[in-house]
Amino acid sequence: MQPDTVPRTAEAAETDTVLPPVTRRRRLIQAFRHRSLLAGSIICLVLAVLVLAAPLLTSADPNLQDPLSAFAQPSGAHPFGADSFGRDLLARVLYGGRTTILASLSVVVLGGVVGTALGLVAGYFRGAVGFLIMRLVDLLLAFPGILLALAVATVLGPGLSNEVIAVAAILVPVYARLVEGATAEVLHLPYVDAAVTLGASPWQIIRRHILPNVASGIIVLTTSWLGIAALWIAALSFIGLGVQPPTPEWGAILYDGANYITVAWWITVFPGIFLALFVVGVNLLGDGLRDELDPTLSRDLGRA
Amino acid sequence: MTTYVLRRLASIVALAFGISVLVFLIIRLIPGDPALALLGTNAGDPALVTRLHQQLGLDEPWPVQYLQWIGAVLHGDFGYSYGNQQSVSSLLAANFPATIQLTIGGLALSLFFGSIIGVVAALRRNRATDTVAMGFALTCMSIPSFWLGLLLILLFAVQIPIFDVVGGTSLKGLVLPAVTLALSSIGFNARFVRSSVINAQQQNHVINARAKGITAVQVFRRHVLRNALLPILTIVGLQVGQLISGVVIVETVFSRPGIGRLLVQAILSKDYLTVQAVVLIIAVIYALTNFIVDLLYPVLDPRVASR
Repeated sequence: MQPDTVPRTAEAAETDTVLPPVTRRRRLIQAFRHRSLLAGSIICLVLAVLVLAAPLLTSADPNLQDPLSAFAQPSGAHPFGADSFGRDLLARVLYGGRTTILASLSVVVLGGVVGTALGLVAGYFRGAVGFLIMRLVDLLLAFPGILLALAVATVLGPGLSNEVIAVAAILVPVYARLVEGATAEVLHLPYVDAAVTLGASPWQIIRRHILPNVASGIIVLTTSWLGIAALWIAALSFIGLGVQPPTPEWGAILYDGANYITVAWWITVFPGIFLALFVVGVNLLGDGLRDELDPTLSRDLGRA
Repeated sequence: MTTYVLRRLASIVALAFGISVLVFLIIRLIPGDPALALLGTNAGDPALVTRLHQQLGLDEPWPVQYLQWIGAVLHGDFGYSYGNQQSVSSLLAANFPATIQLTIGGLALSLFFGSIIGVVAALRRNRATDTVAMGFALTCMSIPSFWLGLLLILLFAVQIPIFDVVGGTSLKGLVLPAVTLALSSIGFNARFVRSSVINAQQQNHVINARAKGITAVQVFRRHVLRNALLPILTIVGLQVGQLISGVVIVETVFSRPGIGRLLVQAILSKDYLTVQAVVLIIAVIYALTNFIVDLLYPVLDPRVASR
């Protein structure tokens, strides 16, 4: 709903003149909301295109070592400079983005699916199993996020897929809590009772009545956690628990940057800009979506 | 009130038990013989392996192992760190003060600046100031803290050498890490305080007070702020969790001593007993903070206790 393109009737024009400050302000809010949605989408889209089009944008191999251009400053040959092994940083940042973005998407998909399933089971069937699931959820929520991820990473060991599982473990209880609450609420509605009376199977009720009701909450949760997932993926790699060398990944490149911070600023600056832009873009998108899909959620309660 | 406190107390005891079981499982779930993993390079010594087996009670069933372990933990015995050649409890004692210093610094910065930005944004709601403040808050929340730390090092330690690259535990060495730790929480707090104040502003008694002609300052101080305070208290609980997550990263970036860095190094060097101890202690501190916040609620809002 772009306010400017809505055809304005005489009536609307009249209310405009009667209550100019309110309508103007309201329109401004709407435009701003839209602007954050729009800005977020553009940033994410541009980054996605850059990362996917990496082979077209640079002919350099992200893992090709060239001792002669070690620590080369940003120049025509190496737009973002080169790292300690003389690897082209532009190529590493672009290909590294694939790893980071794909990993954070996998985190929200994995955490979202497992958490939603647990929440549905707990909310729909309740009973002893539901009770156990929700107590486990309480327990997991009692751990500060990164601690849970680090504990899981300790058990599983380093590596990209283990890192994804570790970060997803933080999201599972969050999704389960949301979906369980929403499911329990919907189950009380008369039309669900009617569907049960008419002999609908649990699967039908979940699919036709419950999932559509929780969908917008899940979408909002997913966008607000995608940015956090990217931050944690990069952070875990930065610590040394994520991707193993030589795979490029934003957090892992930043780890190199930290080691050579006194000699080569570019290894620290460029991948960080990309990572920060991605998170800003996703967060803008999340804020916009939240305002559009779920006005009851205040703009601040989505994250902890 | 008494039932409220007792109920909270029962739930924190249950939570602490659950946390301890999960933490106990960390070592048991690692594939392979935990004793071999713990000993690392010393794993070739069969006498040491047998001794550790007995010490950890690995030949006993899990419930017995758990009881032995939790009994020792409650006496302050977390085992021996073979990697660091000293007891885990002395490692913890050596690293805790620096982390507490950093956390308090970060908490103070984030509450102070977060509240100011949030209140200003709420009072200038939907105007340019609000938009700028909220844009700033979103940026704060989106900047990866370890990247911010690196940028600060690059700027203020490498380019303009005001601070040392590797900060010590002096007050000067605290500045860059504390700012790094606080930034994302400043953004979070600003957003939360803003919505909390706006919420309080819309209450009927506030509108009534304004209609009575009380000055804006008085209305804000006596009616808005007091009501906005309760939700803000909640974030102090959440905040500790955020700051703990941040501490792990910030201490690593700045090579600062502390339990965050101790944890990371312990994970990387497979020093599992230290990992277990740090995770247990941090989780319990986090749970206790939220317990205290829960206890403070009825003091500020008597309605909570009667629910």
